[in-house]
Amino acid sequence: MNELPQQLANGLILGALYGLVAIGYTMVYGIVQLINFAHGEIFMVGGFGALTAYLALPGGTTMWLAIPLMLVAGILVSVLVAVAAERFAYRPLRTAPRLAPLITAIGLSIGLQQLVFSFYPDAKKARVFPKIPGDPFSLGNVAIQRSDLFLIIAAPLCMLVLGWFVTKTRSGRAMQATSQDPDTAKLMGIDTDKIIVMAFAIGAAFAAVAAVAYGLRTGQVDFRMGFVLGLKAFTAAVLGGIGNIYGAMLGGLVLGLAEGLATAYIQHIPGMHLFGGGAWKDVWAFVLLIVVLLVRPQGLLGERVADRA
Amino acid sequence: MRNRATLVVSIAVIGALSLTACGSRGGSKTSGGDSAGGTTTVTIGVDAPLTGDLSALGLGIKNSVDLAINQANANNEVPGVKFKIQALDDTAKPAPGQQNATQLVADKSVLGVVGPLNSSVAQSMQQIFNDAHLTEISPANTGVALTQGEAWASGKKVRPFASYFRTATTDAVQGPFAAQYLVNTAAKKKVFLIDDQKTYGAGLAATFKGEYTKLGGTIVGEEHVNPDDRDFSAIVTKVKASGADAVYYGGEYPAAGPLSLQLKDAGANIPLMGGDGIQSGDFIKLNAKSQGDLATAVGLPVESLPSAAKFIADYKAAAYKDAYETYGGYSYDSARAIILGVKAVVQANNGKLPSDARAKVVEAVQAVSFDGVTGKVSFDEYGDTTNKQLTVYKVDGGKWAVEKSGTFVAS
Repeated sequence: MNELPQQLANGLILGALYGLVAIGYTMVYGIVQLINFAHGEIFMVGGFGALTAYLALPGGTTMWLAIPLMLVAGILVSVLVAVAAERFAYRPLRTAPRLAPLITAIGLSIGLQQLVFSFYPDAKKARVFPKIPGDPFSLGNVAIQRSDLFLIIAAPLCMLVLGWFVTKTRSGRAMQATSQDPDTAKLMGIDTDKIIVMAFAIGAAFAAVAAVAYGLRTGQVDFRMGFVLGLKAFTAAVLGGIGNIYGAMLGGLVLGLAEGLATAYIQHIPGMHLFGGGAWKDVWAFVLLIVVLLVRPQGLLGERVADRA
Repeated sequence: MRNRATLVVSIAVIGALSLTACGSRGGSKTSGGDSAGGTTTVTIGVDAPLTGDLSALGLGIKNSVDLAINQANANNEVPGVKFKIQALDDTAKPAPGQQNATQLVADKSVLGVVGPLNSSVAQSMQQIFNDAHLTEISPANTGVALTQGEAWASGKKVRPFASYFRTATTDAVQGPFAAQYLVNTAAKKKVFLIDDQKTYGAGLAATFKGEYTKLGGTIVGEEHVNPDDRDFSAIVTKVKASGADAVYYGGEYPAAGPLSLQLKDAGANIPLMGGDGIQSGDFIKLNAKSQGDLATAVGLPVESLPSAAKFIADYKAAAYKDAYETYGGYSYDSARAIILGVKAVVQANNGKLPSDARAKVVEAVQAVSFDGVTGKVSFDEYGDTTNKQLTVYKVDGGKWAVEKSGTFVAS
């Protein structure tokens, strides 16, 4: 059996998940030049928000009804946490030295993990997340699981909506303006505070969608799930060109493919059998990042921007 | 330029963050006394987690030792010697375990210790007990290196500590026992081998592989996962493509649960088998499609042993608040081994304890041989039990059910 088509599909699906989370990193960075390290935890609380909604539903609710409700709850929780983080943790530090918000973000990341660990019932161990029942669909010799269909539909949809929002709406244009030059944007009457909150909120909403997809895929959520995935998504954002939303998605897809293909094929390259397989997939992902940054320091779709004076 | 610097700093911080680890808290308690008037008091120490996640197992250990001591006193097993228990809580962490070891060594009336529950805790105690020539018998440790040294896997078996014994079987026979079951009982000739690269998991996978290939099975593929991975799509695809009819996983349930689930979701309807690290209710909870998955565990469920009927009845009659749990029978036998060791030493010294009682008890325990709750109790040249009983469990109807018990015989 030729596993290449299936591995490509695996990589793209995983990559779409990374991409959705990466958008949050990239949007916030594009506007306030802050790496929001707590974004992985924004993703995590979204997963727990969705789980809470599912548990609140009467047993035997069809997934057709449950998933939209879980999405709404997850997005609500993520956006609330992200907006609160922006308002109380980041905004007071906006004029502080660069390192202050960075350290704050790390503190927030640990704090959110511990909050869920301590106060969500039974969150000391992984909690079971529902799956979409049914056999996988087959396209030729590629099996697509029902739980992954959600992501296959959601990811492109999210990207289309975001693209339309940024280029076609007033708020979106205001966002671009703020990203290019916040001071001038302010002089032109743009409420930059509102724009920054909006960037946090959009990133959080996408992270929540990704969290639901992750829960459906793995069948569980736990309080640590945002940490490693957050690092991966940040890598994807840098790979695609930090600050560029399409770059974030592209970076995610490239990273997911690299992981899937490295797991499957590196060990079959003569002389490389020691460096292949699942144990090395993260290594290859970061090797790829380094190679890309050596050739294109601004990332795949990043533009060379002159530093603002 | 400042933005670029921020990015570099951020990436450096990520690196530092991914290397962080958590610390642990210590805690200690006050100690007891020692001798009495006409009779000598001999204390048997217990070290186990008496609070926290694993306290159910720890309290079972403590109560079973208590039962053995009370019975020895009631039957006047060693004339002129009264036994007493001194139980300390190690909270399943190495640091408190080490403090407890120091405390037990300082109490001159302690001639033997039962415990601990965790192999990692045992590592922190062995040296201290050994320096004091104080007998330590664990009813639950399965880490092979504890008795056979760090290089056991490469065949260089060296016993690091002469005063350490155990009544539990080691991981070194769990893997081969699973291999024998898969080949001889389940007729699975093609296995895909996965491990999580940790000491326990990689060790299991290695011992499984040796026995499985020796029995004529084929390892159709090998993979390693990171313990924190929860997304196994790429590996699942490889397993499917390999045509394996079972997966053997060396590791623990937090990763094994989702791995098994994703395997079945992808349409590979083959069982996943592992060691006692996956033989947990949480494995079934995290995995809606666990029906038919297998796990080995050391020892036998004592309920199934005719030799344990009296122990179970006595334990019930003693009305302890907590159940004897998995290691109760093994703890009772550990305490009996110490009591019989003391008995031999006293008899050899005209009914009195000699001045170097501790070192003499170590020698006596090395030589004990008696019929215990869990079967025949005696120790080989490494301090391992000579009684290699294991059980294969199978998930059936949302529970781990006993599939096959047996005594390991090397092929």
